[in-house]
Amino acid sequence: MEKLIQDLKVQIIAQLNLQDVKPEDIGDDQPLFVEGLGLDSIDALELIVLLQQQYKIKLSNAEDGPKVFRSVRTIAEYITAHQAQTA
Amino acid sequence: MIQQQKIVKGGSVVYESAEPTLLAFLAAAYQQLGEKYPKFYKMDNLSKLGWLGTEYLLKGFNKTKYQAEDMGVVLSNANSSLDADLKYLESVKEMASPALFVYTLPNIVIGEISIRHNFKGENAFFITEKFDAGLLQQYVSNLLNDDILQACICGWIEVFKEDYKAVLFLVEKQKIIGESQSFTLFTIDNLNNIYL
Repeated sequence: MEKLIQDLKVQIIAQLNLQDVKPEDIGDDQPLFVEGLGLDSIDALELIVLLQQQYKIKLSNAEDGPKVFRSVRTIAEYITAHQAQTA
Repeated sequence: MIQQQKIVKGGSVVYESAEPTLLAFLAAAYQQLGEKYPKFYKMDNLSKLGWLGTEYLLKGFNKTKYQAEDMGVVLSNANSSLDADLKYLESVKEMASPALFVYTLPNIVIGEISIRHNFKGENAFFITEKFDAGLLQQYVSNLLNDDILQACICGWIEVFKEDYKAVLFLVEKQKIIGESQSFTLFTIDNLNNIYL
């Protein structure tokens, strides 16, 4: 899980073009949207693209978005759970 | 004015760089400003150019003397958002990028400028084959004379691959008091002379 969280931080920075942000700047449980990293709705769509491109996961229910993308850890947990289901 | 790796204001070079690409030049010019605006890196090159140009253009401009609704933006170019369109098209071959898609309209640069400087007045983006001083002068003058706006950013902003040019003007409707004020009249000839 820790390796996945670190990988995700690097991938999020690259995918969202966060050039002023370093992986260590992003807390594992830090909120990604609004008061945390300050991401917006377009960034949310880019995170969906990231899941599809890097992990072959399609977010099946859009209503899950806020829960899945709350923090890097919740994304990692979603990926882990999805991979366990499909294994 | 921004072209050939230089930013010129009022006839003086205010920034110059030897960066080899447009992307690197825009990033270096942004960093030189010392502003913290993370969204800058997410913009397409047209929006970056407009954002940078207005940062320099509006230095020293006291916008608090106007209501946000009284300040507008009217821009033009020949290639519309073709630069961003082609990049988006390239992304579609693998997976369409929402972040690129949002810049596939030329007037998005107006949105970025308006958000940055809180301009909420009339705006328009014209596509013309070449710089049309007459169109801009007439359109913006009408907005000012009809009291739709009190101040307006207008001009030409063009990006296609490594070719770029931004010529931006800040036009204000104000009474001329005395003869000592320093200003340039908003005429077609003056626009053409500055553009060239």
